[in-house]
Amino acid sequence: MNQQHSAPDMQPESMQLGDHARRQFFLKVAGASAGLALVPGLVLQQVSAAKTADQPVSNKVRWGMLIDTSKCAQGCDDCVKSCNEANGLTSHGRPASDAQWMRKVTVKDKQTGKVTSLPMMCQHCEHPPCVDVCPTGASFKRDNGVVLVDKHICIGCRYCMMACPYKARSFVHETVENQKPHAPRGKGTVESCTFCVHKLDQGEQPVCAVGCSQEAILFGDLNDPESALSKRLKEVSSMQLRADMELNPGVRYQGL
Amino acid sequence: MKITYSELPGKNPRFFMILGVLASIIAIGLGAAFYMEHSGHYVTGMSNQIVWGLPHIFAISLIVAASGILNVASIGTVFGKKPYKPLGRLSGLMAMTMLIGGLAILVLDLGRPDRLVVAMTTYNFKSIFSWNIYLYNGFLLIVGIYLWFMMERRMTQYYPYAGFVAFIWRLILTTGTGSIFGFLVAREAYDTAVLAPLFVLLSFSLGLAVFLLYLIVAFQSTGRPLGDGLLQRMKKLLGVFVAGVFYFVAVYHLTNLYLTNQHAFEAFILLHGGIYTVLFWLGYVLLGTVAPLVIFYHPSFGKTRNAVIIGSALTVLGSISLLYVIIIGGQAFPLEIFPGKEVIESSFFDGVVSSYTPTLWELLLGLAGVSIALIATVLGTRILPFMPDTLDDAVVNPQLD
Repeated sequence: MNQQHSAPDMQPESMQLGDHARRQFFLKVAGASAGLALVPGLVLQQVSAAKTADQPVSNKVRWGMLIDTSKCAQGCDDCVKSCNEANGLTSHGRPASDAQWMRKVTVKDKQTGKVTSLPMMCQHCEHPPCVDVCPTGASFKRDNGVVLVDKHICIGCRYCMMACPYKARSFVHETVENQKPHAPRGKGTVESCTFCVHKLDQGEQPVCAVGCSQEAILFGDLNDPESALSKRLKEVSSMQLRADMELNPGVRYQGL
Repeated sequence: MKITYSELPGKNPRFFMILGVLASIIAIGLGAAFYMEHSGHYVTGMSNQIVWGLPHIFAISLIVAASGILNVASIGTVFGKKPYKPLGRLSGLMAMTMLIGGLAILVLDLGRPDRLVVAMTTYNFKSIFSWNIYLYNGFLLIVGIYLWFMMERRMTQYYPYAGFVAFIWRLILTTGTGSIFGFLVAREAYDTAVLAPLFVLLSFSLGLAVFLLYLIVAFQSTGRPLGDGLLQRMKKLLGVFVAGVFYFVAVYHLTNLYLTNQHAFEAFILLHGGIYTVLFWLGYVLLGTVAPLVIFYHPSFGKTRNAVIIGSALTVLGSISLLYVIIIGGQAFPLEIFPGKEVIESSFFDGVVSSYTPTLWELLLGLAGVSIALIATVLGTRILPFMPDTLDDAVVNPQLD
């Protein structure tokens, strides 16, 4: 029980607090937990994951994901629904121009005929081509590996969409209504999966990982050898999409 | 005989009619751009699959033509060919106006054209797009200085240096334009260095063809003598350029045909790509390359002025067809995200050829860009003496080296 209490993200009431109060709360809980010497590794991991608004993002963490395609059910789009709901993405009934941060894709091996279903989204590359080509630097990579678009300096040239090997980005083709405060969007700018960066900053997981009823998405810190993600990646064989391009994406697929 | 230059006469009703027509097209195009911005780009044919469309074909055609048009001045200044020297002023002016027309389209098609100041002040220097912003602005500045030195008596001694800098700059500029596509590592159509020289050669042919057409129309409509000897000489050069573009296009496709992983893309463009296959074979190869070469080098018809006009117009048509195939066809072909696999289901058009139908709004914006280039040229030649009074063969001596 104490282990769980030491993780601030699992304290719903802590989310209601202001920054200062929350910081105080963290310190108290973390200190108390450390004092009790209860599973120090877990405590440290959780505390380092959560940050307050005035703390800079650290490159000690690199967020990533392993998608187990053997668990991903064809026809299930729980992850997509969670993403759309959480980020305020609504369809205008125009699939060619509607924004899609996350999508389900079903593929069949040309030789063996094996059918696989999987979610596709921004792969959060270590060397993202979208960031390379962006003329204004609006496309950028956070120190923790999350690739984002600065909506204030995106001019809507769509060159990043030409460059992305994963077709992960959408241009906002229509006026946006009912935006979520944590996921600002703007007509005429480009956007894509943010790894639910607002959740990460609070020590929580992206909504797709939480919303997957098949538990096919394992999210975690690629830099921490003790994270469940790193351990699983060490055990099972996984692959990067378009590994030939050596972009080192943060999203890996198992069983593809 | 010494070459003299003069402005267009100003009180001519036809002059005002041309201005009126061009200004109307620009006004309509600006309205279309406002409509697209106000509604959002969903009212265009562009989508999350085909992100660059008809406006970009217009814009890139104008930008490529702009750098090519400057060749006419460079041939006189840098390579010292005397018959080209009287054309230097008009060449420099048109190089600037075509570039401005092309950039206007690009800016007005941005999702946020109001952030032009951001594009001009916030740079990511790893982006070839960023370099191009410098190259375009630098081009306008350098060609402006080149023209000033060319036209200002006191500065004439320096103008060969300015001409040399402008020539080098324009080669870098078109290399940059081609590299916008050449540097796109993920797509089958791009990710190749050959696109840079292909664009350079395309600028040579497209630029010279546009220049010849404008020259003939402007001189005939203002009653200035224009010698066929000069046109014939330029036509022969245009033929070489058209063949040069074909060489690079052939290298591009033959290389792809050798590479197994590019076979599907080549089959798409060359065999079953619908509009792209038609535009490639009929638009670019047949009408845009074979036909102008046959016309230019035909022993009797080739010697006529009509041959120059028709051949140049076909070269423009072929160049635009080629750009359409490269830019839109390259996006229409699906990204290979899952090698060895076939996509059987996707909500985001994975694995399928994307369709694109340009809308009227995009066409109007493109035509407005062309009109901006033309109106700036017409006004330029009205205000300053860019046009020689005569290009009669007796004056120009087209047989000179």
